[in-house]
Amino acid sequence: MRDDIRAETLSIAGHGGDQIEAYLAQPLDEDRVGAVVVIHHMPGYDSWSKEVTRTFAAHGYLALCPNLYSRDAPGASPDDAAAAVRAKGGVPDERLVGDVGGAAAHLRSLSASNGKVGVIGYCSGGRQSFLSACSLPLDAAVVCYGAFIVGDPPEGMPHKATSLLHLAPQLHCPVLGLFGAEDKFPSPEQVAVLERTLKDQGADFEFHTYPDAGHAFFSPDRPSFRHEAAKEGWEEIWEFYGRLLAGGGA
Amino acid sequence: MCTYRTQTLNLQGSGKGASGWFSVTDASVYFDHPVHASAEHTLNLDFLNPALGPGARVALELNADSALALAAAIRTVLAASGLTGDLAPPAERSISV
Repeated sequence: MRDDIRAETLSIAGHGGDQIEAYLAQPLDEDRVGAVVVIHHMPGYDSWSKEVTRTFAAHGYLALCPNLYSRDAPGASPDDAAAAVRAKGGVPDERLVGDVGGAAAHLRSLSASNGKVGVIGYCSGGRQSFLSACSLPLDAAVVCYGAFIVGDPPEGMPHKATSLLHLAPQLHCPVLGLFGAEDKFPSPEQVAVLERTLKDQGADFEFHTYPDAGHAFFSPDRPSFRHEAAKEGWEEIWEFYGRLLAGGGA
Repeated sequence: MCTYRTQTLNLQGSGKGASGWFSVTDASVYFDHPVHASAEHTLNLDFLNPALGPGARVALELNADSALALAAAIRTVLAASGLTGDLAPPAERSISV
């Protein structure tokens, strides 16, 4: 496999048919390959999110990162867009599902697609990855330290990011969960509740919790970066997607 | 962690952003990941005018000690000027970004 890729910004149909910005990276190999929707973290559709998207392409996957803030702040810098969305109260779950569904459909329409699509999300995107896996016909979902899959935000705050546990029985695909033992959102106790729920319903899943790591341990540009956890986490991702997304497919 | 903990409030004043001065109408206050500061979490302040678009923004990311010192300094200066006012907190909201 070569690691040559092409990456570009384009417009795709998101929730409700809205045209939204997205960043597509694809390997230049001509084989049919699996695809990944990359859900960006709370700081937005930023350079790191695009770097992650390119990383998937360099490892042989079609990868597409929709800009979840497209409608709220078209053309704005990622940090200004994130601030505008935060001030408005965030991304509605229904819209998120529509945007991820649109990204998955776009990936499946590409000539190099083998028809299989996974999803991955970091931080708030980790919760949204689980939400997508419960709402859309996807083939694999990776949840990186997603908060409020279990438990609601602290009392006294009007809910938008509510618990997703009630959706767990609708899970469409295997889940890989990657967490930090020192994280508070989600706490190890919340991860244990999710693990028990998925186990009780016989779901196909595997969780890894890394010691000496908290939230955002994958982010190399932040003090929270933990080399060992990130290295092992990436290895788990390649094994997981390699098993579930690879192959000639449709 | 993503704390999701955010307060928003309406303001009257002006700020100087990337394109010069503009009227500030709104602010967000949150303790969460910074974009630029070298810390896992900072007290972040966004001074905004949504009517002018997302670029109408003055942003600050302060470590917790700095933020508390700033808040104390604001109170001290206003009190010395005979201005105490109503310090009732604004509504807090969670977000799902």
